[in-house]
Amino acid sequence: MALPQVAPVEMPEIEEVPLGERQWVTIVWDDPVNLMSYVTWVFQKLFGYSYDKAEQLMMEVHNKGKAVVSIGTRERMEMDANQLHGYGLWATVDRA
Amino acid sequence: MFRRSGQVCVATFAVDEVRVLRKVAGEVIGLLTDGFEHGDPVVDRLFPDIYPEMPADSADFRLYTEGELKTGKIDQAGAILAALPDGDGPSEVRLDAETAEAWLRAINDARLAMGTRLDIRADTDLGAELDDAAVHDPASSRVFQLSVYAYLGYLQESLLNALITRR
Repeated sequence: MALPQVAPVEMPEIEEVPLGERQWVTIVWDDPVNLMSYVTWVFQKLFGYSYDKAEQLMMEVHNKGKAVVSIGTRERMEMDANQLHGYGLWATVDRA
Repeated sequence: MFRRSGQVCVATFAVDEVRVLRKVAGEVIGLLTDGFEHGDPVVDRLFPDIYPEMPADSADFRLYTEGELKTGKIDQAGAILAALPDGDGPSEVRLDAETAEAWLRAINDARLAMGTRLDIRADTDLGAELDDAAVHDPASSRVFQLSVYAYLGYLQESLLNALITRR
């Protein structure tokens, strides 16, 4: 059972981490097998992107060899990459 | 090839198509069960390292996620087998949206597996590859594999178009 709360514990000061240092990215890499239409569909499906945004990302993967498809916490990016692997896309996670 | 009919995606498959799809889905399941081995280029492609520069983190992540990912892939290949008719003969296959998505992912896994084995690259001209292989030996396994790979690409595209139906 929890003890009754007494005097509030003094909180240690939390060091502020700049936002940029906490950001991670999910990267999708180009591969010669996946159909362009399928990759576009997967981006819409998983990230809720509009058709135009999803197609633009797919073209970036195709033309540049890779593209950042999502940005956020490490845990979230791992989840995204794992889902992309379920669809057969080649995804990795890296620091932003 | 698939077409849209109301709320479902429909295809009429010839006997040979049913056989090929059954074989291909069975091979994917085999690869993910008894044949599963890290270091196999196909397994490495279907289960990529999430941190290519950080092997320990990749291995750690794999430990927690690989089982579920593998089960999902086995289930989606199973969705192909489940929707195919039992007997031989031309047959109509009707897929609701959920099953159509499982088929799309499963066909993609099969294409990734075959594409890796066939060494398909960005500049591969499938038609030329097929002609080339057929000139050497029209009855070769490579001709068959290339034909199936090309067929699955058309089938996947047709299913995607049937599923999306832009309004």
